[in-house]
Amino acid sequence: MSALTFTLKAPPRQRIDMSPLTPDNLTGRSAADIAAIELQCGNRKLRTDALFNIAGTDPGDIVIKNGCGKLDFIGSKMQSGNITVHDGAGSYLGFQMKKGNITLHGNADAFAASGMAGGLIHIHGNVGDFLASAIAGDRKGMKGGTVLITGNAGDRVGDQMRRGIILIEGNAGAYCASRMLAGTIGVMGSVGDYVGFGMRRGTLLLFSQPKLHSTIQDCGTHTLPFLSLMFNSFRSLPSKFAGISNNKVRRFAGDVANDGKGEILVFG
Amino acid sequence: MIINGVLIDDTFAEAFGMRGTRVIITAQNLKWAFNAANAMTGFATSVIACGVEAGIERELDPSETPDGRPGVAVLLFAMGSAVLMKQLETRLGQCVLTCPTAAAFSGIEGSSENVTRINLGKNLRFFGDGFQISKQFGGKRYWRVPVMDGEFLTEETTGMVRAVGGGNFLILAESQPQALAACEAAIEAMKKLPNVIMPFPGGVVRSGSKVGSKYKTLIASTNDAFCPTLKGITKTELSPEIESVMEIVIDGLTDADVRKATRAGIAAACELGVKNGIKRISAGNYGGKLGQFHFHLREIMA
Repeated sequence: MSALTFTLKAPPRQRIDMSPLTPDNLTGRSAADIAAIELQCGNRKLRTDALFNIAGTDPGDIVIKNGCGKLDFIGSKMQSGNITVHDGAGSYLGFQMKKGNITLHGNADAFAASGMAGGLIHIHGNVGDFLASAIAGDRKGMKGGTVLITGNAGDRVGDQMRRGIILIEGNAGAYCASRMLAGTIGVMGSVGDYVGFGMRRGTLLLFSQPKLHSTIQDCGTHTLPFLSLMFNSFRSLPSKFAGISNNKVRRFAGDVANDGKGEILVFG
Repeated sequence: MIINGVLIDDTFAEAFGMRGTRVIITAQNLKWAFNAANAMTGFATSVIACGVEAGIERELDPSETPDGRPGVAVLLFAMGSAVLMKQLETRLGQCVLTCPTAAAFSGIEGSSENVTRINLGKNLRFFGDGFQISKQFGGKRYWRVPVMDGEFLTEETTGMVRAVGGGNFLILAESQPQALAACEAAIEAMKKLPNVIMPFPGGVVRSGSKVGSKYKTLIASTNDAFCPTLKGITKTELSPEIESVMEIVIDGLTDADVRKATRAGIAAACELGVKNGIKRISAGNYGGKLGQFHFHLREIMA
């Protein structure tokens, strides 16, 4: 069986809600059924085949081609299978996803991996603001799984994140790990201002000394045994983080204005 | 049955169903891994008074341990799951948490009808007084407890399985040094096998016991039938030339493991043979009514 491929016919003028097109949702459906699925596009509902050329048969392996920043909710709530997106995705990529893999070759917009509970999102490109953050009204962001970013991320990475791993090979914007509840974020490049603002628990790994605000406190340099365990678990990931084996870090704890059990570990 | 001049008695060892678990202890180097493991498996020779029977299964290469440091694998056995869990927790808390650089990990993976997850560091984390940190990697939860030398790292749970305890055999020799030499040879061979421990000092017990006593308060007392100094005044099992008897007790994760260890141990003892004063190999049982597992010596050595 070949991958079920959706090729966008033309750049849409309105945003498209892609959430119906997940492996779980399409398994067992005929080609005609899939073509007839209605997608919310702006204030209208349009048939899938009005927007996409559809080819292939394997709903467990979905490919989206000619993707662009207006395709929202790709892989939303997915529980199995693979989705590969070429050329770009909109907001809410992998929203509340539970299992499976999403690979994006291109950039994603805001709120990627928001509410994600499991699985893997691998983005070969940049992401917008609020990566793995909670949407307004939610009290938790990402709850599990792994997110790999080869490029840069915007502001508020991991805002209210509860569990899981985010590894960013590029830079992150301001308020990285803000209000973080637990989990692990790694940033190889630079981070913006107010890193760990309101951070409650969790671990932020950095590779250069960030500018810290006054409620993040220095705890000195340490060799932490758990880091070897963590880097061992990274070994199989397709990321630059797979090659790290240094466990000597400078530990900053905070945000002491908000319980102060979080940590920023800086390699150096 | 006679092997190298040594008579193998037509008898069997009687062993019991126990609960067993394995813990992997790592440290900065083997010396400190052994310091922790020796403390944890100290005073753990017999469930009669120690709660658990425990021992070091083997050394682990850094490539075999979760954190890539040198380590040792420790096996613990108890008559019931409640005792095992209690003993594991107190021993981990007093012997591994306290040992510089030591960390503790699960030695039995998975969860199924055969494997029950039991607490390893789950409650020990509270020693961290709120500063403890949980981390999850690869579906497993670990605890980081801040201590004075840095951080104590422990996995949250380990696996408990149904196991076999009390497999044994007796070495009957013409003198005490000869009996001990045969025991040492047997232990040397048995230590190479996985999934078993010999919990007594150096693996050998000289005070085999029988059930009951003339004293009402004692549940076990000396096995007078095998005491060489009582040959003339008790219903003895010993022929005149036997001067010393020693026993090796084996606990294993499965009855096949105990069987293999028994065979390896008896074979090593018999290798010394009758020319070194080894006369007979026997085994301890209670008539076959108490234990679920019977290890017939001649069947094992066949």
